[in-house]
Amino acid sequence: MKLGQAAQSLLLKEFVTGFVLAMRYFFKPKATINYPFEMGHRGPRFRGEHALRRYPNGEERCIACKLCEAICPAQAITIEAGPRRNDGTRRTTRYDIDMVKCIYCGLCQEACPVDAIVEGPNLEFSVETREELYYDKAKLLDNGDRWEREIAQNIAKNAPYR
Amino acid sequence: MEFGDIVLAVAIMLGKSLLLLVALLIFIAYALLADRKIWAAVQLRRGPNVVGPWGLLQSFADLLKFVLKEPVIPAPANKGMFLLAPLLFCVLSLAAWAVIPLNAGWAIADINVGILYIFAISSLGVYGVIMGGWASNSKYPFLGALRSAAQMVSYEVSIGFVIVTVLMCAGTLNLSKIVEAQNSSFGLLGWYWLPLFPMFVVFFISAMAETNRPPFDLPEAESELVAGYMVEYSSTPYLLFMLGEYVAIMTMCSIGTILFLGGWLSPIPFAPFTWVPGVIWFILKASFLFFMMAMAKAMVPRYRYDQLMRLGWKVFLPISLAMVVIVATVLMATGLAPGMR
Repeated sequence: MKLGQAAQSLLLKEFVTGFVLAMRYFFKPKATINYPFEMGHRGPRFRGEHALRRYPNGEERCIACKLCEAICPAQAITIEAGPRRNDGTRRTTRYDIDMVKCIYCGLCQEACPVDAIVEGPNLEFSVETREELYYDKAKLLDNGDRWEREIAQNIAKNAPYR
Repeated sequence: MEFGDIVLAVAIMLGKSLLLLVALLIFIAYALLADRKIWAAVQLRRGPNVVGPWGLLQSFADLLKFVLKEPVIPAPANKGMFLLAPLLFCVLSLAAWAVIPLNAGWAIADINVGILYIFAISSLGVYGVIMGGWASNSKYPFLGALRSAAQMVSYEVSIGFVIVTVLMCAGTLNLSKIVEAQNSSFGLLGWYWLPLFPMFVVFFISAMAETNRPPFDLPEAESELVAGYMVEYSSTPYLLFMLGEYVAIMTMCSIGTILFLGGWLSPIPFAPFTWVPGVIWFILKASFLFFMMAMAKAMVPRYRYDQLMRLGWKVFLPISLAMVVIVATVLMATGLAPGMR
């Protein structure tokens, strides 16, 4: 070992520079987000919890074309179709998503011709039992009503790129 | 002495010990939190901040968690030894605090060979680790315990020589008198850290190695040995190991304060600073050393085993041996040695 090198390691040169660097980081603003109290940024294409949307007049968008069921790679969607009682139009009588199977790929919303099934911005839908994750039509429509404003905004923001 | 006097003396001693124990444990609870916060801050994280305001109750929540958990004792383990090991480790590291003077005359037992007592007790601490590793009757704990034994033995040698140099300057083995020997009109500059600076550095690094602190935490080495000698431990026995470790760290910080940073002495030896109670200076100095240890944990990667041994035997041992000779020569040549003045 050379003399200079020995002197440097004896005087802990690297440790002193390391300490100075560490202290500079010590006083930097924190990178951590205080998660339950503040959310990180989610882009308009964020694929979170599913929702079934309605038209502004309250009518369901879904026409039971079953494109989402067909394209779903995890086969998480189950649809049964039938004529609606009052006007005989084609509607879903059953629309289930198994959220345990779902891989959140977003292909269902890509396939949907009427923007009925969408993946909303919500990511906080953890539950304590498996059964609660088998979403039915009522739950999905409820999600749509609850998140409609955010979903509509995201679709509008994303529209120029589609 | 009458029987009543003896009972009274023992009762007073017990009261003092209990007071010190409670104060020490509360201090360590916050030292632990500070450790995690400092580590987090260097990594741009926030650290524990949910339990209580700014996470101030985190350590107590951890305590509760450890105590309420089920202790798992592995079937092939030697049950008696397995449970005795953490107890031994914790009790031994707490026992060292009996002689540490937090202020002039504040030591519970102001014995004349205080530094030897601490040295002996901290050497015994390795038995807790070896017993734990051996009694677990499993691979990784055993490897961790072997590493720990080798590491603690090698660094005790250099710590011993560091202590010898300080003793030569102070001329006493009594911890209070070592602090008094550093009392001069120069204040901060009269303490032993300045004339014995290389020894201070050697002591600081050896203290980290002795207490298994990162960057020398090879006995636990979570990335290779999972948690070393503590793999099989859970619940309260694990808590006792962790507590013993942190108590040992605080002991090392206080010994560093006493030997090199003038114990309870004020850094600036005139009016407004000498009014501050000595115990506050002591805690500040020990906390400073602890902060430096926490920073070392945050910024230095873990040493490889051969590097650790090389540092202990081929760097620190020759340096401290040479310093013993140099200090002795200088003291004799200048006539500054205690007893020659």
